[in-house]
Amino acid sequence: MLVKVFVTPREGILDPQGRATEGALRSLGFGGVNSVRVGRYIVLDIDAPTKAAAEEAAKKMCEQLLANPLIEDYRFEVEGA
Amino acid sequence: MSAVSLPGEPVVDVVQARAHGLTEGEYAAIERCLGRTPTFTELGVFSVMWSEHCSYKSSRKHLRMLPMRGPRVAGGPGENAGAIDIGDGWVAVFKIESHNHPSFVEPYQGAATGVGGILRDIFTMGARPIASMNSLKFGSFDHPRTRYLLSGVVGGIGGYGNCVGVPTVAGEVMFDAAYNANILVNAFCLGLARREELQSARARGAGNPVLYVGSATGRDGIHGASLLASAEFDAESASKRPTVQVGDPFTEKLLIEACLEAMKTGAIVAIQDMGAAGLTSSSSEMAGRGGLGIELDLDRVPLREPGLTPYEILLSESQERMLLVAERGREGELAAVFEKWDLHAVTVGRITDDARWRALYCGRVVADIPVASLSDEAPVYDRPAAPPAMPMRVRGTKKRPVAPEPGAALRALLASPNICSRRWVYRQYDWIVQSNTVVGPGSDAAIVRIKGSRRGLAMKVDSNPRMCAIDPYLGAVATVCEAARNVACAGARPAGITNCLNYGNPERPEIMWQLVRGIEGLRDAAIAFETPVISGNVSLYNETEGRAIPPTPTIAMVGVFEDVERRVTQCFKQPGDVILVVSTAPPSLAGSEFDALFGTVAEGLERIDLERERKLIEGLVGCAEGGLVHSAHDVAEGGFAVALAEACFNLDGIFGAEVELALPLGGAAEALFGEGASTVIISAPTDRIEAIGTLFSPLEIRPIGRVSDRARLRIDSLIDEDVRGLMAVYEEALAGRLGAK
Amino acid sequence: MKWGVVSFPGSLDDADALYALREVMGQDATRLWHKDERLMGAQCIILPGGFSYGDYLRCGAIARFSPIMKSIARFAADGGLVIGTCNGFQILCEARLLPGVLVRNRSLSFICDRVIVRVENARTPFTCATRAGDLLRLPIKHGEGRYVAPEDEIRQIEERGQVLLRYVDASGAETDEANPNGSMHAIAGIANERFNVFGLMPHPEHAVEKMLVGGDDGLKLFHSVIESVR
Repeated sequence: MLVKVFVTPREGILDPQGRATEGALRSLGFGGVNSVRVGRYIVLDIDAPTKAAAEEAAKKMCEQLLANPLIEDYRFEVEGA
Repeated sequence: MSAVSLPGEPVVDVVQARAHGLTEGEYAAIERCLGRTPTFTELGVFSVMWSEHCSYKSSRKHLRMLPMRGPRVAGGPGENAGAIDIGDGWVAVFKIESHNHPSFVEPYQGAATGVGGILRDIFTMGARPIASMNSLKFGSFDHPRTRYLLSGVVGGIGGYGNCVGVPTVAGEVMFDAAYNANILVNAFCLGLARREELQSARARGAGNPVLYVGSATGRDGIHGASLLASAEFDAESASKRPTVQVGDPFTEKLLIEACLEAMKTGAIVAIQDMGAAGLTSSSSEMAGRGGLGIELDLDRVPLREPGLTPYEILLSESQERMLLVAERGREGELAAVFEKWDLHAVTVGRITDDARWRALYCGRVVADIPVASLSDEAPVYDRPAAPPAMPMRVRGTKKRPVAPEPGAALRALLASPNICSRRWVYRQYDWIVQSNTVVGPGSDAAIVRIKGSRRGLAMKVDSNPRMCAIDPYLGAVATVCEAARNVACAGARPAGITNCLNYGNPERPEIMWQLVRGIEGLRDAAIAFETPVISGNVSLYNETEGRAIPPTPTIAMVGVFEDVERRVTQCFKQPGDVILVVSTAPPSLAGSEFDALFGTVAEGLERIDLERERKLIEGLVGCAEGGLVHSAHDVAEGGFAVALAEACFNLDGIFGAEVELALPLGGAAEALFGEGASTVIISAPTDRIEAIGTLFSPLEIRPIGRVSDRARLRIDSLIDEDVRGLMAVYEEALAGRLGAK
Repeated sequence: MKWGVVSFPGSLDDADALYALREVMGQDATRLWHKDERLMGAQCIILPGGFSYGDYLRCGAIARFSPIMKSIARFAADGGLVIGTCNGFQILCEARLLPGVLVRNRSLSFICDRVIVRVENARTPFTCATRAGDLLRLPIKHGEGRYVAPEDEIRQIEERGQVLLRYVDASGAETDEANPNGSMHAIAGIANERFNVFGLMPHPEHAVEKMLVGGDDGLKLFHSVIESVR
């Protein structure tokens, strides 16, 4: 099963990368950029009997390793169930 | 004067005060000093300013005994960092600071923001940061969290330090089960300034504007100082956990350049970084030093997200922010400099002459407090101190009563995580940038040159918690002696100290006793070496569920070279040179790494004769200045045999050593692996023995053997090892254990 | 001769390059500000190491859009000499002034060390004071220094002699151990097809004084440029 994980800086946490990228986009003349947050996109191919099991496994992986809940939020999508 | 509460704010009473970490007595004192009940905002302000972290309320009384003055001192305690005169019009500004609790919670960001904070303390003085060091203590190497913490902390120090372009030139790393639940991350920074360019953090001139520069304010680290650094860890710590502070070294680099450039305009009256307790502490401390008042308009503070309350704005510990007092009418000049660096200076308040600390929000006064009550008049405690019934030992049971034969013991020590090469660590730090590094990490002391002069500086950070655990006074004395010895081995004259005092919960009499004894030791040794303590930091409550760390006073010593060409390094350089040993006392296995690895019956420490220690330092400096020796190396963890092996590890060509100590066959361990005593290993041409002896007199110098071009290390018939083999063990141990290359 | 050293926000080794050129080598060197477009008559331009714009997003990705980079691209197109060290190398790759790209080190961590590189082509303005096969000891300090390019591109780069420096061991042999970051073909420095743009991960500007940890092997590269311009 394919699990797509999106990790982003938690709301309210300083995101230096996002801020620098935002500034660069503006200086290149891209108007209308209100804010930029830079995160990570992780694709997992995992074995799981059901979609629910895959979701449960993905949640554990996110909490323990893929995201640091102190500073990052995560969400994921399970495909191919 | 009065201040108003805002709709929706919690009711302020003694219960609320207690939730803020204040005692009933402290809350009563706040009511007395205001003549009324504080607003919720004011309560928050008092709670951080009266926290252990900001007020030093448990240690302040005792810190006064430290020698802080001296002919070289160019600016001392009271400012953001101390400074010593190093000649030719230059001053070195330096300080060490802890970031223990944040690093345990989030090792990468905790360590990174620790580096960021200490850098700001230095450049706020008008000094360009030129060298960093750090002292790290982790739990047992085999503890499940140690690896995670180690790589996070090392990554954070590198990630931040490398990106701001300040070389990390030296450090120390120790692993001991006593730190399993409380790691220590102490960060040091040294900056260089022209004497006349030193900046102050003392506000002057009522009516002068207060400017805010740097990152916008978010909810980061609110109550980091009062709740995390001023109470011990327990099961509830997780829920008290403030929003983790995230460092942005790129903004810090811009701040460094912009601030140093802005200072050159002469339009800055006072400047301070918004560190612990952020806007509150920086504004009240600058006003307090100048005996003035300050008024802040919180609506003007740049915010990262909408909806921050005055309480949050004042207590935020967002990183990379500076507060400065400008000369009235010259704000534009300063703003132009900051704009050049893509930073914006915003006027957020003004200096007043009424000695009040006042904050306005939406046109209403939300805090109005006498400035002095936030700083000078914060509570000071004389907490009871008493020695424990039993001396505390770091290590519990004795594991192996029988030590292996000396060769095997030497190899085991060289492979110990506490002794082996730290290359895996310092390879992740930039120790080259700025083109000043003469000797980098992996040596006794680091050496940097001063551009445009013949001068140089040597620096080293040391601690000795195992000795401190046996005797907190002697341990502290020994730590200063070791730091001085490391600097003097390099050939520099010890000139000044900064210290970071890491201890447990001061509300326990035995911890308080450790702290007081530690400060006394530090005092006595600093006086003996004439090295004033020009700055420092105290980190208490390093304990978890009633188990404190061993007393860990960390000492950074800075020494001065009149001519950096006269430096000495630790490695042998010339076959045929005589190997000399100078020592102030017999070594002991008590508290040694040998003891930790093999478990011996060692008890008790030798007394330390500071007059003899001083002679040793004088001798080392004299040898270097006279160009008499080819190498000098301090005997530290692992004792004589380990130090002798290290002296053979010259990357430019391997040497060996032939040594006769005439040791008794049975009882050689103390002489080979004992620590505690001050001992140095020197190599020099034979015809200089006499001249060297004169310099160390009345200490005895003992010729014990020769440097050889055969890569073998031989001591009596006890040890006969291949130097390349020993070096491989030493070099590969840490990376090997971490499963990395 | 006249040198220009570019300062981006976050540049670190700009001051060191200026010091090396002016104080150690007695050259005429000017700091070029990223917001400017003027090159102040420089005959050789150095893009220094550091973390331009924090190296956020991708190393060098934001810096390449600076006003000064437009002028530098024109300068290079006209045959002007450009050297990028470390972050400067990354910027030159992002700006497509050099082929390939620099990615995360094989070890996934920052590496500060001294390495040995072998001169592969001494018939360039950047290496003409050396001989092919010479070994130079130079410092490195980077987290993203692993040079990668498509295999067919690398083959062309090799055939045209664009590889100027390669990581080797003390005996001059190419070994896996001597390759600090896992670069393809152990590439430490490359030039463009016209041999007027040079990017390298090691720091010659930190190897100009014997007293310092970096040694002084970097002087040979600077002397090459001075000789070639003369």
